[in-house]
Amino acid sequence: MKHYEVEILDAKTKDKLCFLDKVGKVLPSFSLHWYPARQSIRLDPKGKSLKDEDVLQHLPVGTTATFYFRDLGAQISWVTVFLTEYAGPLLIYLMFYFRVPFIYAPKYDFTTSKHWVVHLACMCHSFHYVKRLLETLFVHRFSHGTMPLRNIFKNCTYYWGFAAWMAYYINHPLYTPPIYGEQQIRLALTVFLFCQIGNFSIHIALRNLRPPGSKTRKIPYPTKNPFTWIFLLVSCPNYTYELGSWLGFTLMTQCLPVAFFTLVGFIQMTVWAKGKHRSYLKEFRDYPTLRSPILPFIL
Amino acid sequence: MASGEEDRTVEEKETNNKKRTKGAIATAWLTFYNIAMTAGWLVLAVVMVRYYLQKGTHKGLYKNIARTLKFSQTFALLEVGHCAIGIVRTSVIVTGVQVCSRIFMVWFITNSIRQIQNEESVILFVVVWTITEITRYSFYTFNLLNHLPYFIKWARYNMFIVMYPLGVIGELLTIHAALPYVRRSGMYSLRLPNKYNVSFDYYYFLIIVMLSYIPLFPQLYFHMLRQRRRVLHGEIVVEKDE
Repeated sequence: MKHYEVEILDAKTKDKLCFLDKVGKVLPSFSLHWYPARQSIRLDPKGKSLKDEDVLQHLPVGTTATFYFRDLGAQISWVTVFLTEYAGPLLIYLMFYFRVPFIYAPKYDFTTSKHWVVHLACMCHSFHYVKRLLETLFVHRFSHGTMPLRNIFKNCTYYWGFAAWMAYYINHPLYTPPIYGEQQIRLALTVFLFCQIGNFSIHIALRNLRPPGSKTRKIPYPTKNPFTWIFLLVSCPNYTYELGSWLGFTLMTQCLPVAFFTLVGFIQMTVWAKGKHRSYLKEFRDYPTLRSPILPFIL
Repeated sequence: MASGEEDRTVEEKETNNKKRTKGAIATAWLTFYNIAMTAGWLVLAVVMVRYYLQKGTHKGLYKNIARTLKFSQTFALLEVGHCAIGIVRTSVIVTGVQVCSRIFMVWFITNSIRQIQNEESVILFVVVWTITEITRYSFYTFNLLNHLPYFIKWARYNMFIVMYPLGVIGELLTIHAALPYVRRSGMYSLRLPNKYNVSFDYYYFLIIVMLSYIPLFPQLYFHMLRQRRRVLHGEIVVEKDE
């Protein structure tokens, strides 16, 4: 078998970190101090990282290969981040719903709202985050195992902060229910449930694109489930449905902080959808031209 | 074939000409803008000095300079536009934050809370701003005219060391002085119940603003110190990893 000589240099300082003189097919990642998830090995100091699956033989190197190493910083698994950032809103909202002491005036401790829409909102909000937790555990297939550690602080601040802000007003003793009453609430609930089912259908469809343990990427197409037919018009319908759910929740609660949360989420999801759409277009020659990133024909 | 090549070079020349005219217009506008701003803040300085020489006190000074201050500081919003369209190579966000914080101090604190307008802290930050802005805008003006006297460059990159902390002290003391009046009047606040199911308390908002100086001021200050080292001493500063 052909053997390689491999040297690994630091991408910034160009110091020689290690030299291996009889490497077979695969680059042993334990040769460096940092754990594998934290290592970024690349052919060019400013280039993209090589993937775990890349094989020495298929890389454009001679018999002496030079790689550049970059430390990605402390890493944390996606599953851990998702579970933490979703468990927070679930519990925090419930604390406000049950009017735990020190939030509202003492005479309201452990009382419940007299408006039935507040109970409905609590059920919807809790259902949403329980669904997310279950999807994280049983549905999603992640391409990357880890992300930088500082993301968990950033993400949790966002989710937990907004959850507390929304929950405070919805469960407040002085909460004002929707102006158009039952009609508004019923419409909102319909939209919310429709989009929750839609979002779930998309997650299942995306999961089924990818066999267990693989990281392959394929173009998603509509399936027999009518909720997936939106793939005809949109690249990332999971985000479309997510926007719809939160619009429904905003209508249901008629609460400005919820509207604000919906807006911020929409902006972020649009950024992600545009990126995903662009990489689909780059990777697949035959990508359907009718599709927009997140909103049919608009965005 | 030959005519095709000629067409292409003619096109290239046209785009280059367009670029050069756009660049010339941008430079002309920026030069005018920076001269105008330098003049505006100089006027402010002159009015302040004259008032103090005549009256010997700072009481009532704010009323005299209010209009010029509001005009000059609000006009600075254009600088965000300059960054956005690319004729000035600075981050839109950094400029936006700086201009917004100035606008906030002028319109939402000093202008709207009459009782604090004669505080010493107001004079402190107005004086600091005046010195800083005159230095800054004349620096930009001379830069654009490609004739930068060393003392202006020196001033721009050294005076902030003292001016910046003094300005922060002036601003914080002013906000602190305004707090009791804000609480009593309930200004800019929205109480529950209301149909938007939201509330806003300007008093607590101001307290959060004051606290935010703690993380923000050191970051901006050390950024300026790094810039200073680079510009004045040509040191190579290794920026944090991206």
